[in-house]
Amino acid sequence: MKFLGLSRKDTRFLIIVILLTLATPILLQPFPEGSGLATFNAGYPDLMQRFAIFGIFAIGFNILFGLTGYLSFGHAAFLGVGSYTVVWMYKLLDYNVIWGLPLAVIFSGLFALLIGYVSLRRSGIYFSILTLAFAQMSYNLAYSVLTPITNGETGLQVYGNDAQVLLGANEPTSPHFFGIVMRENFWEPTFGGWSFTFNNGYYFTAVIAIIVFYISLRIFRSPFGLMLRAIKTNQTRLNYTGINARPYTLAAFVISGMYAGLAGGLMAAMDPLAGAERMQWTASGEVVLMTILGGAGTLMGPILGAGFIKYFENIFSKINDQVLHGWFAFLPDGLEDFLIGVSHFFVGKSWHLTLGLLFMLVVIFLPGGLVEGGQRIAGLFRKKKTTGGGGDPEHHPKETPHVAE
Amino acid sequence: MDAIILQILNGLDKGSAYALIALGLTLIFGTLGVVNFAHGALFMIGAFVAVTMQKLLGLSFEQIDESKTDFLGNPLKVEVPYVESWFGPDVGAALIDWSVPLAILFAIPVMLVIGFVMERGLIKHFYKRPHADQILVTFGLAIVLQELVKHFYGANPIQTPAPDAFIGSFDFGAMIGFDPNVIIYPYWRLVYFLFAALVIGAVFAFLQFTTFGMVVRAGMADRETVGLLGINIDRRFTIMFGIAAAVAGIAGVMYAPILSPNYHMGMDFLVLSFVVVVVGGMGSLPGAVAAGFLLGILQSFASMNEVKSLIPGIDQVIIYLVAIIILLTRPRGLMGRAGVMED
Amino acid sequence: MSKTNITRRGLMKTGAATGAGLALPTIFTSGAAAFTNEPTGSTVTLGFNVPQTGPYADEGIDELRAQQLAVEHLNGEGDGGMLNTFSSKVLDGTGILGKKVEYVTGDTQTKSDAARASAKSMIEKDGVVMINGGSSSGVAVAVQGLCQEAGIIFMAGLTHSNDTTGKDRKANGFRHFFNAYMSGAALAPVLKNAYGTDRRAYHLTADYTWGWTQQESIQASTEAIGWETVNNVMTPVGAGDFSSYIAPVLNSGADVLVLNHYGGDMINSLTQAVQFGLRDKQVNGKQFEIVVPLYSELMANGAGENIKGVYGSMNWNWQLQDEGTKAFVKSFGEKYGRPPSNSAQTCYAQTILYADAVTRAGSFEPCAVAAALEGFEFDGLGNGPTLYRAEDHQCFKDVLVMKGAENPTTEYDTLEIVEITPVDQVTYAPDHAMFGGAEASLGACNNGA
Repeated sequence: MKFLGLSRKDTRFLIIVILLTLATPILLQPFPEGSGLATFNAGYPDLMQRFAIFGIFAIGFNILFGLTGYLSFGHAAFLGVGSYTVVWMYKLLDYNVIWGLPLAVIFSGLFALLIGYVSLRRSGIYFSILTLAFAQMSYNLAYSVLTPITNGETGLQVYGNDAQVLLGANEPTSPHFFGIVMRENFWEPTFGGWSFTFNNGYYFTAVIAIIVFYISLRIFRSPFGLMLRAIKTNQTRLNYTGINARPYTLAAFVISGMYAGLAGGLMAAMDPLAGAERMQWTASGEVVLMTILGGAGTLMGPILGAGFIKYFENIFSKINDQVLHGWFAFLPDGLEDFLIGVSHFFVGKSWHLTLGLLFMLVVIFLPGGLVEGGQRIAGLFRKKKTTGGGGDPEHHPKETPHVAE
Repeated sequence: MDAIILQILNGLDKGSAYALIALGLTLIFGTLGVVNFAHGALFMIGAFVAVTMQKLLGLSFEQIDESKTDFLGNPLKVEVPYVESWFGPDVGAALIDWSVPLAILFAIPVMLVIGFVMERGLIKHFYKRPHADQILVTFGLAIVLQELVKHFYGANPIQTPAPDAFIGSFDFGAMIGFDPNVIIYPYWRLVYFLFAALVIGAVFAFLQFTTFGMVVRAGMADRETVGLLGINIDRRFTIMFGIAAAVAGIAGVMYAPILSPNYHMGMDFLVLSFVVVVVGGMGSLPGAVAAGFLLGILQSFASMNEVKSLIPGIDQVIIYLVAIIILLTRPRGLMGRAGVMED
Repeated sequence: MSKTNITRRGLMKTGAATGAGLALPTIFTSGAAAFTNEPTGSTVTLGFNVPQTGPYADEGIDELRAQQLAVEHLNGEGDGGMLNTFSSKVLDGTGILGKKVEYVTGDTQTKSDAARASAKSMIEKDGVVMINGGSSSGVAVAVQGLCQEAGIIFMAGLTHSNDTTGKDRKANGFRHFFNAYMSGAALAPVLKNAYGTDRRAYHLTADYTWGWTQQESIQASTEAIGWETVNNVMTPVGAGDFSSYIAPVLNSGADVLVLNHYGGDMINSLTQAVQFGLRDKQVNGKQFEIVVPLYSELMANGAGENIKGVYGSMNWNWQLQDEGTKAFVKSFGEKYGRPPSNSAQTCYAQTILYADAVTRAGSFEPCAVAAALEGFEFDGLGNGPTLYRAEDHQCFKDVLVMKGAENPTTEYDTLEIVEITPVDQVTYAPDHAMFGGAEASLGACNNGA
């Protein structure tokens, strides 16, 4: 079974990814509505869109970092450029995302070409700091001096008096793709206590995510991907063989910048606002963390990492005293208060702490990231079932641990 | 001219803060080869040692003052610090007043212990791991540390004043022949600058003139060979980590009167301190110090109205701009050694 | 054109058909809920979106306290607080329209993106009909825009920029808090009395939209009393060390320093200006003075001794002596052991005002609620007689001019009320140039689904 130039194993892998992506609205809604655990449901449009978007961002980042080992600390700049481009297209033309998204990819690609060309003259930590410096400059300027272009702190948005020259009389007034409005849901079934939301925007990003995941799969398996791995393993040796590595790394840098721009564009496609803080170093750092947390250099890792971080940010921060009382109400008062007191360290306003602890636990106990955790679980199953199946180690090539050394 | 002298003074002060943080960071980052994202958190903890000192000295018992009422209309409870009732109001008040300098005495052992524990308990296991893993684990640690501080001290900045004796400023301009009020400089900033110079000097002297320092420097240059000579370099690196933490910590203590400590100040300084270290050049202590002062002074110049009106927003990007220019013209920063964190 | 923004709750009620395909995105437009998140059960959910991490976390926590208190009072628990003093008497402690009030909370992180993500999750996942809270103007404008698109009501928390009800005003958004223009208008007469008309001001301004609108407002109102503006210098947000901006002030010929900073920036810039000894200096034969146009209790706490004698303005303060304030301070103080901050009061008042408007309108429908709020005149919520102006959804009420207390007895009375500026003095035309001029418009109210 060969499919789109993929090996049999890769095809099976891709199909699993496609099925998981399409079934996300069901998979993320495991608890019935109204039950105490419904707080942990994540199957609402905004969060699912974020999973897909940050998945794209991390997949792209992984092409640079996972394959070449070049650690960029400035990828959020491309995210921001993508967002600003899309919102500007809303302002100038109309709300159809078809104009903005390709341009977002192009502009962020050009911006990445510029920054990459300069930054790749250095390697290791010097490269990281150069990218960081470019991104921080972009952020600081977007936040203040460039306000006429970026609308500064408030974030770029569409106003009633914007040109919108293509806006038709019956056209939706929020982002859409030829009439398919992103924030509308096309199906909202309820089964017993369970209810599910099938959202246009999510499936739009999901389809794009699957396409770019396929592209990244092809890159990983291509001679180009092999070359990038060679750069990571030993660039000096590569140079001795007479190969100039820089065009390859620059290509990887630009590709991952385009992924970031696409992700940024999609953020604006789901929600027509582009804020400057999207370009801040914390945002760049976030994608680095996502990739490492999930497992740098693996195909699925960055996506898992992205989902992990976004889940905590959006779900754990919402657990307040009222929710806690609901959970622990059956306990005697003293114990209830004690448990709630303990929980205060980890949820609600302290959700950061939980995230920090999990970062440490994962990296200490799962050196290969979340993917390694998945492999270990799969390994347990495999021991029981001699026939095998499940995960395939070849698809998650375990990297030599020298990522950026 | 006066404006330039003024900004050089301000720059020296900013620079001494940058240099102190970068010095500790480069001991860990440039020499032990560990990307320590928790370094800013160490600086923050130092500042909170000063806050804690102030709070401890200010610990009070309540006396009910029947003549006044509080916001709910009940009799007002007046707080009387224990130290004032133990040592008398004068000595007690003086102790509270001098809480920041006193905090230095406590910060050094506290930070050394934190440094040791961090290195033995966590960092040690990451020397051989990829930098990416080091980033993740130290970033996680930094978040945990700052969230714990937030849990106990809140998110609002906490005023930690310098002793009354150092409040206010002196007229530096008048001393060197300018008009009065043209060049003024706060006493505490002068103290901070002298303090930074002292600490930097002490660290250099320690590395330069002691056997311990010699071994550490040798270990930085070639860890394996030093190990082959039968020297226990690991233990010395642990101590170096402790010293680096202590330098970051006392930098934080002394900075508390200038920048009221808050729980996320470590993250605010983190990026900047990495830029300073890398601009200085990996593995070079003098480089880190020089870069700290250079960036501090340039940032001060960029904040001048004359410069800002010429290039709007320059003060917000100057550090990064200079970093880019230096890294493009000098491949290893100001004084970097070849082969450190370059691949 | 049709807007369907059906959320789960809305749909569960209608029990709408299943099996629609991708090609029929708007099939549910008809027959779905009448408006976004129409509450159909025995409860109604409000969304409290406040900063819980980041620099304004403490302010957010205080807002949350007030919001929880408001919910208690609406549900008939506790002592009823300001419901007893509120001029409108339709709220009877049985929830809103007989539905018990529930709430969800979220973390804005004081970032537009995170705030919108949190607000969206409240709308999409929890089915809220109203979002309240926040501690910065950027966030307020961003969330207000979102609520407008989604078709729910936004009751802004602490937001002081002119833009929120100026060029960024929205039909579904309402602001109780005062704004930068009002600060300027209230402060100027007091400054004139205290420092005279012959003053030269030097502005340090946080380099983002709120800072700019405040600087513009203060400059305009101080120049109207005869002051001269020597310079206005933009400072990066979160600069930390302001020394290079403060040092040139003395030599500029200015004798007043205006700090258009908020939160940690203000604490640092004021502390450092005092360290530079500015307040001990004589310039032009006058005592050098510092003004901080926007105060908050937390800033006053953080700045400690340095605020003594420094003028600023506030929306409300617990030391006011009207019946509403007394009732609120008592009920808040007994529950939490501390007096409420002015952002807490705003969030409490906004929640009560929303509940009252729903009750008077007899419906949760956003457009009906908005109509009930527009032009609404009320009293007894701590600010004296107040008008929710229909043209821009801004509350008009007295503004407090504050001064750092010389001899505070506790950590809560570090500020003292100098003057209560009457509302007439701070009122402006809805099409004022600082508020987007004639172009600014609320747009049409949006019921969503």
